[in-house]
Amino acid sequence: MSATDTPASLPAPAAPDSARRSPWGEVLHSLSRSGTFLTGLFILLFWVVCALFGQNFVPYDPLASDIINALTPPAADHWFGTDQLGRDVFSRVIVGSRDILTVAPLATILATIAGTALGLVIGYFRGIVDDIVSRVLEAFMAIPVVIIALLAIVALGTSKITVIVVIGLSFAPIIARTVRSAVLAERELDYVAAAKLRHEGALHTMFVEILPNVIPPILVETTVRLGYAIFAVATLSFMGFGIQPPSPDWGLSISSNYGMIGGGFWWTVLFDALAIASLVIGVNLVADGVHGAFND
Amino acid sequence: MTEPSHAANSLELKDLSVAYRVGRRNRAVLRNVNLTIKAGEAYGLVGESGCGKSTVALSVVRYLPRNGSITGGSIALDGKDVMKLDSEALRRARADSVSMVYQDPGKALNPSLRIGRQLTEIFELSGITGQAATDKATAMLNRVRISDPVSVMQRYPHQLSGGMQQRVAIAMALANDPSMLILDEPTTGLDATVEAEVLDLIGQLRRELSASILFISHNLAVVSNMCDRVGVLYAGMLVEEGWTKDVFNDPRHPYTVALLRCLPRGGQRKDQGRLDTIPGFLPGIGANIVGCAFADRCALATERCRTEPPPLYDLGDGRLSRCHYHDNAQALPRTTPADVPAAPPKHAPPVLQVEGLNKTYASHGHPLRAVKDVSVSLRPGETLGLVGESGSGKTTFARLLLGLVAPDDGGSIELEGKKLAPRLASRTEDQVKAVQIVFQNPDSALNRSHSIRHILSRALKRLGGLSGKTLDTRLEELVRSVRLTDRHLAVKPRQLSGGLKQRVAIARAFAGDPRIVVCDEPTSALDVSVQAAILNLLADLQSRQDVSYIFISHDLGVVRYLSDKIAVLYLGRIMEFGPSEAVFSGPHHPYTEALLSAVPKLDRTESSRIRLDGEIPSAANPPTGCVFHTRCPRKIGAICETQEPQLTEAQPGHTIGCHIPYAELARLQAPKITAAEPA
Ligand SMILES: Nc1ncnc2c1ncn2[C@@H]1O[C@H](COP(=O)(O)OP(=O)(O)OP(=O)(O)O)[C@@H](O)[C@H]1O
Ligand code: SF4
Ligand code: SF4
Ligand SMILES: [Mg+2]
Repeated sequence: MSATDTPASLPAPAAPDSARRSPWGEVLHSLSRSGTFLTGLFILLFWVVCALFGQNFVPYDPLASDIINALTPPAADHWFGTDQLGRDVFSRVIVGSRDILTVAPLATILATIAGTALGLVIGYFRGIVDDIVSRVLEAFMAIPVVIIALLAIVALGTSKITVIVVIGLSFAPIIARTVRSAVLAERELDYVAAAKLRHEGALHTMFVEILPNVIPPILVETTVRLGYAIFAVATLSFMGFGIQPPSPDWGLSISSNYGMIGGGFWWTVLFDALAIASLVIGVNLVADGVHGAFND
Repeated sequence: MTEPSHAANSLELKDLSVAYRVGRRNRAVLRNVNLTIKAGEAYGLVGESGCGKSTVALSVVRYLPRNGSITGGSIALDGKDVMKLDSEALRRARADSVSMVYQDPGKALNPSLRIGRQLTEIFELSGITGQAATDKATAMLNRVRISDPVSVMQRYPHQLSGGMQQRVAIAMALANDPSMLILDEPTTGLDATVEAEVLDLIGQLRRELSASILFISHNLAVVSNMCDRVGVLYAGMLVEEGWTKDVFNDPRHPYTVALLRCLPRGGQRKDQGRLDTIPGFLPGIGANIVGCAFADRCALATERCRTEPPPLYDLGDGRLSRCHYHDNAQALPRTTPADVPAAPPKHAPPVLQVEGLNKTYASHGHPLRAVKDVSVSLRPGETLGLVGESGSGKTTFARLLLGLVAPDDGGSIELEGKKLAPRLASRTEDQVKAVQIVFQNPDSALNRSHSIRHILSRALKRLGGLSGKTLDTRLEELVRSVRLTDRHLAVKPRQLSGGLKQRVAIARAFAGDPRIVVCDEPTSALDVSVQAAILNLLADLQSRQDVSYIFISHDLGVVRYLSDKIAVLYLGRIMEFGPSEAVFSGPHHPYTEALLSAVPKLDRTESSRIRLDGEIPSAANPPTGCVFHTRCPRKIGAICETQEPQLTEAQPGHTIGCHIPYAELARLQAPKITAAEPA
């Protein structure tokens, strides 16, 4: 194909229509107008700022005990009161966001990477690979996270890394399932046949051809999982399998203080519980917004 | 009909203007459209996609999308002003006097309800219930010529073929005895034979019901067969109107002239010249139009056209044309040279030789023979046209050639004398790049996440074995050879129009200098003007590169234009195979004869049409003997039901599989040979 001097039997093609918003532009536009998303984002950003810089602006050192002032109720000095060691609850709640906001996102990222790779493979190859792996994943998903966590901790010992790995791996099958169904639809499209007709390898087809087109459902699932991961991290800490003392972590604080509620010292637990709830709600609002933006 | 004594005009649009709100601006889509449909009249509306045809239909029933609004003018249905109706009156008007049928019957039918339920629901709305409603529903299905209404009522929409679904949709539209029936591309998604059936049905119903019809289609031939009068819409303006036969035989607007020239007509073939095309594009919605809207694309345009908007000139006898030079419209110069030098006849050895190819699928435990005993051969630079109704095995055959589907054992495919492995994975790099495809739907064929540059570079790398500078040089050539420019490289597929996307797909197929390119309905999603440009491009590329095509299309005029040989398939078997001219001009197989006579013709030569009754039998359970015997209008007797006819050579290179001897076919078809010429 070389000659361009043949009779020009075609009209000059029009310029590409670059004025139209790109699909990603469309999504950002719709996010920027979604009250749900913006509210969630505001809550989430608040906690992210606390996690990053809280240490610098809290009134007290969250770890410093002051036994004389133990268990004082909320007042002007101590807005949220103090705990049984006299530590300032307000400072602890603010700084307590740090560990959970490290562990939960890392676990979610691990789940997303592992789940995406797994989902691509089973969705792309289908057949026996899919049958076997899907059964195994289903069985795996039937076991409660807590049991997996217990087994892992017995085997690996308690650490943040353990929590990340445990939550990441137990969420991976759920993401894999989402990715698989998106891939099943994509692989029927003709561009996949066109790749076969170029003798492309499976890795290229999965990761270069198909993956970019299944990003939207992955993003939605990831934000939803982040909400669950936060809850799971808090639960594990509460049970003592997760983040360890002396961290001012919320789940850990509730766990060490909930015995005090009976004595009327509600403030030692309430604010940590509210913090967990607000973070989970914030992430869920973000997830709802993202879901809405992709499914308009 | 609601009232026998209703106003003489069923529909009257006066200066109708409609706008869609996009990006906080109202953009005009319809500009002062005046249009009148008399009681009992069928009016056709034609024009390129995007010119506003469906907007007209939606405005009439005030079903415009949320961002659409009527910005001026009036709409009167049966003399009643639609704009003044309150919501209750509007609902009644929609329920009682207007009905709409859309292109996609799937849209009108609820996938999760049985057909019977959906039909009786309509009657229940008007107070008829129980057995009475069921009886009425059965009667409706009889009216649209559905042979076994009781069983059809039990089925879900997806269990019906496209043609049946469309007939059910029409039945639903007719349930309220409308006085106005709006049909928006009702046959666009259907096969030629099914299309002919549905059109016949609409024609008959028209006589029975005396309803007025607004018939919207981009297929000029369909409109010419169906309608008394026709209007040509361009950029939301009526540019020509008149009696159908006048407009199509003696067009008075350059746009109509150009549209008609885009179609391969009178058996035109690629070696007799390229198709004419319309340069440029329809102005976008809301474009600010000074002067004539068509001026940018009109070869007759003068200074006057660019400054002075042409009025709708009245040419007498109901003819209108929005062109300053309407007397001269047919002098519109061609945009492509009328003749190209005919390629010298080829005596090269075949590039492709297929022997006894079979493909059997398993369907509910039964074998389904999607392709049975197919043998064809093709020389370099030739096109093999595959024709046959939906489900005849065309796509399966193409996928077997490509190696995307593995054939049954036995049978062979030879490329340039060398045997091709059945599976793509075991073919050599050279064999893989030698057989490529242009898919029907470029949206599915081009990866939407990749830029055009990425798509084509990757093809050049893998198929052309190129890299670095040579790749870039070759990329530039490739892009120019399909008449795209560098500007198109940076964008993603969705930023291109359908025709441009299809050019990218063609460029990709040609990246590795293929020997055979399969084209599976490459133009069926495109407008006639774009289709003409793509067909010309394919013909140009073929004459330059000596590539062979396997060309699949349900448009027989298009197949004839591009093909040197034709294989007619039915239920996976070849019914007839031979040189294109011989197959088209006949004598031909009775199935070919029926296919050809189903093609709507522009000049309305209502030849004694042959109709194929009934549905295509299931490939899982094909009829005994000649598989076509259940529908064959020329069946000669018991032998057709018991003995499968062999493909026999009627003339050198032309084989037909029918028990009727060739000489007898010639005698039977003699008076129809001329009538069977597609217009
Ligand atoms: N993967 C499959 N499994 C089972 N049956 C199939 C499969 N693919 C095709 N068929 C059947 O094979 C027959 C031929 O199908 P094919 O799609 O090749 O026909 P076609 O002529 O290309 O139809 P259309 O014009 O609608 O594309 C049909 O009866 C179809 O239902
Ligand atoms: S008015 Fe001029 S530009 Fe418009 S169609 Fe007529 S000749 Fe062409
Ligand atoms: S063999 Fe019989 S049924 Fe078949 S096409 Fe010929 S005449 Fe018709
Ligand atoms: Mg097909």
